Amino acid sequence: MHEMSLAEGVLQLVEDTARREGARRVKLVVLEIGRLSSVEPEAIRFCFEAVTHGSIAQGAALDIVDVPGAGWCLPCAQTVAMSERYGACPTCGSHQVQPTGGTEMRVKEIEIE
Amino acid sequence: MCTVCGCGAGETKIEGGAPDNSHEHTHVHADGTVHTHSHGHEHDHAHSHDGAALAGAHAHSHTHADGTVHVHEHVHQGDHGHVHGHQHEHVHADGSTHSHAHEHPHGHEHAHDHHHHEHGIAGDLDYGTGPARAHVPGMSQARMVQIEQDILAKNNAYADANRAWFDERGIFALNLVSSPGSGKTTLLCKTIEVLKDKVAISVVEGDQQTSNDAERIRATGVPALQINTGKGCHLDGHMVGHAMQRLQPADDSLFLIENVGNLVCPAAFDLGEHHKVAILSVTEGEDKPLKYPDMFAAADVMLLNKCDLLPYLEFDADLAEANARRVNPDLTVFRVSATSGDGLSAWLDWIEAGLEAQRAKRSETVDALKARIAELERQLAAK
Repeated sequence: MHEMSLAEGVLQLVEDTARREGARRVKLVVLEIGRLSSVEPEAIRFCFEAVTHGSIAQGAALDIVDVPGAGWCLPCAQTVAMSERYGACPTCGSHQVQPTGGTEMRVKEIEIE
Repeated sequence: MCTVCGCGAGETKIEGGAPDNSHEHTHVHADGTVHTHSHGHEHDHAHSHDGAALAGAHAHSHTHADGTVHVHEHVHQGDHGHVHGHQHEHVHADGSTHSHAHEHPHGHEHAHDHHHHEHGIAGDLDYGTGPARAHVPGMSQARMVQIEQDILAKNNAYADANRAWFDERGIFALNLVSSPGSGKTTLLCKTIEVLKDKVAISVVEGDQQTSNDAERIRATGVPALQINTGKGCHLDGHMVGHAMQRLQPADDSLFLIENVGNLVCPAAFDLGEHHKVAILSVTEGEDKPLKYPDMFAAADVMLLNKCDLLPYLEFDADLAEANARRVNPDLTVFRVSATSGDGLSAWLDWIEAGLEAQRAKRSETVDALKARIAELERQLAAK
């Protein structure tokens, strides 16, 4: 259930930014959630609606940008696409793959007025 | 609700904490300054929301910079019926593009144009109040603000402050994580019994409820502080920061944090420890590291506990180790039994090596500072 904590973290960043910018309302929040991060986009969507209730971001739309997974495969010595965090290399089947992309969990931008 | 971890308001209890929830905070600012202050835990969000009508005309008032107020009505234009789940492409300011699908649960959110008001110096020229209630469409008051920050940035800032605090004092901090019932507390008690005569030790115990574990630790004669997370599923950097202030661990000491028994959430929350230590007991399945990979990837050390029971179980310890190394090839593994004491010496040696490294790091910084002071004094004397 730590998606709730993450949603709180998102709201905190959004509120801080909105306050700094003198915003009246937050219309849109854009997150980047990598496919190899430990977050379920659907769960965070659910929690986001719950935690923003009564805040400046109430009713804001939530865009989740899906970042594809990538990793560096040691045996292949190249970057390969990864669909799961601890998955095997799609080319050689080795598990010696270091994730290099798709692990992010970030608040990218917000739309305010 | 706690703004750090999302657990229920007032649910987090730190033993001996002030009952009024007022508490002391340490903040680290972007420029590196640190300040500590205390305040109550009430967060008042007084935001006014204009009555956002779902469709049709709505009236609202504007207050202008020159003090004039006008009330006007406008009609939301455009099609309110959206296609749900459509694909579209954004072009960002930096030129990158991304395409994605999303839903529009509230049709009006993106639909209406914001009218633009032209105001004369006297504040009497307002197209919105004209007889035709004319608008200048297409001018949006909305704007995008880039944030580009990690969602866990706040927790990570607390954790970094904790780690810096430990490093300044030569303290070696470990975060023990496992599922409930793996023998964390027993292992801690045994570890403390052996090490307490060599090094000062303080312990933080995290559980949803009860202070049973802290009492077990205190029985060994070292200070322990219980944190009850209430509805929370993990300790976070903020809670541990408070616990550190309360416990005031000695310089060059060992600081042990027993996290909430949970193989999922504690993996994501840095507490400022130097290593996460995952404990897996042989009464669990060999495939635990594959089922809960985040935790075994986040840990630097795995203790395979309850190894005295191996003769009575069908547990393949080699397979468990291989599975753990599959998610984390750099993992250090110790096979131990906290009850019989088998294998504990390697684990204890590892802790002592860590303590030594922390002390060395601290004296290095102290030596570096002393060298700098000497250099500055030399420069002063030369003037």
